[in-house]
Amino acid sequence: MEHYNMNLTLKVWRQKNSQEKGKFETHRVENISSEMSFLEMFDVLNEKLISEGKDPIAFDHDCREGICGMCSMYINGKPHGPWKGNTVCQLHMRAFKDGDTIVVEPWRANAFPVIKDLVVDRSAFDRIIQAGGFISVNTGNAVDANAIPVEKDNADKAFAAAACIGCGACVAACKNSSAMLFVSAKVSHLALLPQGDPERKSRVLAMVHQMDKEGFGACTFTEACEATCPKEISVTNIARLNQEYFRASLAADK
Amino acid sequence: MTWAQVFTSSVGKKITMALTGVFLILFLIVHVGVNACIWFNDGGEVFNRAANFLGENVVPRILEIGLFLFFILHIVQGLMLEVQNRSKRSIGYAVSYGNRGSRWYSRSMGLLGTLILLFLIIHLADFWVPSRFTHMSEVQLSDGKNVHNLYSLMQARFQNPFIVIIYVLGCISLAYHLAHGFTSSFRTLGVHNKRYIAMLRSLGYAFAIIVPLVFAMMPVSFYMGWVK
Repeated sequence: MEHYNMNLTLKVWRQKNSQEKGKFETHRVENISSEMSFLEMFDVLNEKLISEGKDPIAFDHDCREGICGMCSMYINGKPHGPWKGNTVCQLHMRAFKDGDTIVVEPWRANAFPVIKDLVVDRSAFDRIIQAGGFISVNTGNAVDANAIPVEKDNADKAFAAAACIGCGACVAACKNSSAMLFVSAKVSHLALLPQGDPERKSRVLAMVHQMDKEGFGACTFTEACEATCPKEISVTNIARLNQEYFRASLAADK
Repeated sequence: MTWAQVFTSSVGKKITMALTGVFLILFLIVHVGVNACIWFNDGGEVFNRAANFLGENVVPRILEIGLFLFFILHIVQGLMLEVQNRSKRSIGYAVSYGNRGSRWYSRSMGLLGTLILLFLIIHLADFWVPSRFTHMSEVQLSDGKNVHNLYSLMQARFQNPFIVIIYVLGCISLAYHLAHGFTSSFRTLGVHNKRYIAMLRSLGYAFAIIVPLVFAMMPVSFYMGWVK
């Protein structure tokens, strides 16, 4: 694709901390290369703000290669911006054209309070994982990876679910601020594998309980989450979670 | 895990919605089937007989109590979920997410359900209340039996074009509510197999179109004089 430069208007959410009220701030950025990533464009803007003695815009980022799940910007009405199956760090400026106005907001959900500007606190996800998103293994020598046979079909489905990077875009896109796509990906990933089987009942109950406690909404299957997920996690996982929950709760011994 | 814990969890609340929803879908099949008897165009003979059968037999009467309970459960739980889900995002977005991946009716189940509830109140006041509680004119069937003349009540009611419009709008709300609710309820109950989801999706859309369309044709048929 041909390289070009562009001038853009950015409307960015600024908020000092979780207590104070935030507002949109308008910034002009000039000579942005179409080869830059969206975050690099923010780096350019922040360098400018710093040189002017202003407070740079806080945003989350880490690996910048689409696998860590840290970046979290709601760009022009969609988490992670206009491209499909993509994170903000992998969104490139060729997605925009000269003269565009881009509105950038943080994830909006009460369970994800804003820490500063575009940075939100996603530790709720960590606590959901801590509640049950693991398998218990006695320590000792590492078991050979191929000692337990796994059916190929299930291995593939588990792998697809495990691709979830926990960025929270599903929550950001959902009208109910539901975390079901995230939780279902984690539950499915382990429920489909023999290693996850011993704790599958207690896991789903504990994780759903923690999800509710954190203040996420209920799933109404609008499928907005799947459309925005950078890892294209399927809502099929949510139906699977429901089945796991049904079995664990209603078909429980006590 | 106590029952209370199950049904107060977010997934449990959805299970309630799905189970009651599926029951209401089954009810719609019976309701549309009985009402379709008006098209025998026999002055309401078959329809009145069918309606009377449901009214005087003990099994449908017991089911009627269950139907009311499930209706109330579906409505109350639905409204509570709507309010709770809305409360999870105090500060909204400046630019809305829009239709990406989702359809407007899947995001508007609360609104559609409320419209259906308003319609239901009008509908019950029109037919169910007169038939159960207040005096109603009777008609003699061909075998000499006297039954409530619901047919003539329908005929009279649907001469008013505003009533016909309200009923048609009620059916349209129902159609969109079912377009999402039918498949979604089964997914809430844990159906995730691709083959069944594909089947349920087609079945759901077909049901959502056919049943409300047949219902809507009833007031229209009376108004247009297609049935006498």
